Amino acid sequence: MSEPTAPEDRSSGRIGYLLLLPAALWLGVFFVVPLISLISTSLYDPAGSLELGYQMTGEVANYVSVLSDYRDQFLRSLAYAGFATVACILLGYPLAYAIAFKAGRWRNLMLVAVIAPFFTSFLIRTLSWQLLLADQGWLVETLQFLHLLGEDGRLLATPLAVVTGLTYNFLPFMVLPLYASLEKIDPRLMEAGADLYASPFTTFRKVTLPLSMPGLVGGTLLTFIPAAGDYINAELLGNTSTQMIGNVIQNLFDGGSYPEAAALSVTLMSVIVVLVLVYIRRAGTEELL
Amino acid sequence: MPGSGADLVLQGVTKRFGGFTAVDDLDLTVPSGSFFALLGPSGCGKTTTLRMVAGLETPTDGTITLSGEDISRLKPYRRPVNTVFQSYALFPHMTVAENVAFGLRRTGADEVDRKVGEMLELVELGQYAKRRPAQLSGGQQQRVALGRALINRPQVLLLDEPLGALDLKLRRQMQIELKRIQTEVGITFVHVTHDQEEAMTMADTVAVMNAGVIEQMGQPMELYEHPRTTFVANFLGQSNLARGTVSGPQGDDVAVSVEGTTLRAPAARSVGADGDVWVGIRPEKVFLAKGGSETDDGLNVLRGGVVTDVSYIGVSTQYLTRMTWGQELMVFEQNTGARDHFGVGDTVDLHWRPEHTFLLDAAQDATAGVERGDPE
Repeated sequence: MSEPTAPEDRSSGRIGYLLLLPAALWLGVFFVVPLISLISTSLYDPAGSLELGYQMTGEVANYVSVLSDYRDQFLRSLAYAGFATVACILLGYPLAYAIAFKAGRWRNLMLVAVIAPFFTSFLIRTLSWQLLLADQGWLVETLQFLHLLGEDGRLLATPLAVVTGLTYNFLPFMVLPLYASLEKIDPRLMEAGADLYASPFTTFRKVTLPLSMPGLVGGTLLTFIPAAGDYINAELLGNTSTQMIGNVIQNLFDGGSYPEAAALSVTLMSVIVVLVLVYIRRAGTEELL
Repeated sequence: MPGSGADLVLQGVTKRFGGFTAVDDLDLTVPSGSFFALLGPSGCGKTTTLRMVAGLETPTDGTITLSGEDISRLKPYRRPVNTVFQSYALFPHMTVAENVAFGLRRTGADEVDRKVGEMLELVELGQYAKRRPAQLSGGQQQRVALGRALINRPQVLLLDEPLGALDLKLRRQMQIELKRIQTEVGITFVHVTHDQEEAMTMADTVAVMNAGVIEQMGQPMELYEHPRTTFVANFLGQSNLARGTVSGPQGDDVAVSVEGTTLRAPAARSVGADGDVWVGIRPEKVFLAKGGSETDDGLNVLRGGVVTDVSYIGVSTQYLTRMTWGQELMVFEQNTGARDHFGVGDTVDLHWRPEHTFLLDAAQDATAGVERGDPE
């Protein structure tokens, strides 16, 4: 019984496209064009330079050479981002849960506290971590006093410092989507779980956790993707052997090796897209796409 | 029969939230296998009572026993009790079948699939097993919630305003359905509602609750015909309450004087009938006659009323008549065709059979339980 569509339906469809237009233009000019430019740069002859100009030679070999040269940094980036994401989940889930269900009249204050770090710049906050983790800082001295850290042990310029910095900087991106997702859950569903013989833990596993999956997946993506490409934390809190792929790309660009830098960027992007797709498929939250 | 077998017994149950007493020293026995309704306006403590039985609230004082076992402080997931929640609280991420199977999976029951299939047949949702709750109508969701609770064969099934979200027609249908299912499975149902018609249609026993205490408990007909408080008289249907003074016994009756007219009420229906009383009569029990006309002996008659309002509602005509002392009384006449119609301004006499009269303690508020425009 499909009636012919009323004329106003079709015109409202056209309005939908018109509303899309500004954003589509913006993305076209500032995303699609640079992306094509990036991909073509990654295929330039690496023998060229900024002064002499580059030749488009379809140099697929760029990919092979950067991958063999920077494999360690690549894997390290994924590992650091992975550790930071897991740490964000472990810290962020209980926090988001507490804000959503237990905070009562403190809820708004706690949300403000989560967002408050954004009032200072990312760079300044990471620099303060440098002070906090410094060799003469109270944290290191306390840990040394407690023999949790050796005599010459340090925190700054270690992988731990980089992961800690990443965790700190991206924690709000985990907490906020998780909170949004948990806050939408009707508390009566948990009562229903308890009423149907589920212990609090089982209720969490069978009801709360599945219903918060969109927030968990969203938070993971918002944390993992920028963390994998980040170079500030590794630069300010790490050392030469904690370099991440972001640092390499930055150095290559600074050194004028545009084709290699572009090839690395494209590779990073592709790897992340593949990881995200696999992750979303595994988490059963395809509706996010 | 209090305390026998598998009864649900509440003794001295009190629940306070801060300084507010939601349930006050409540004593209640729900016989095993009965359909019991807890009826009252919103905020009367009926839902709190239900939640204490479910284990979702802990009583401040008192004990709740089920089949002789004290369950007052048992965790909700350890009680042989299930709830049909107001607005259902179905798990949105599970299919209908998974929702219904939830309780059985937790208790590790066997043949879950077969039992779920049977339950879905009972609530007539067989073909919807694979759907998500959001893809169902309100009435279907209601039946999923019922099936999800019933499948566990609880000793007591608690229903918290289960039909509140349904439209009137569907609600009538589900009332009959619920009653059928209860008879079929024989489980004790405790049904909380603010809808007096719903309570009277379905329940064997109704407890009328107000301000944390039970005003009166009994079969629907007994509550309606023999209200013992002004609250019950007004909340269950409607009542005319006129001020009177008991003048003494008169055979099996009590004589009572209302504004100079002597009326009679059966002594059996005259609770605390001494001195000042409220003389009560249901509007549909009253007949109107042309002012000054002859009436049969032995009827209660109030003369000299003036019709101030007439509402024709099809099945009956509802009159408001102003009496000589200024009070307006309600009269509902069935439109049988055999009765005279009256218009605004007509002078009328009101008469009814003495056995329909009831007397209540004059110390009570005559407007207690009167619905004030908002039925919620």
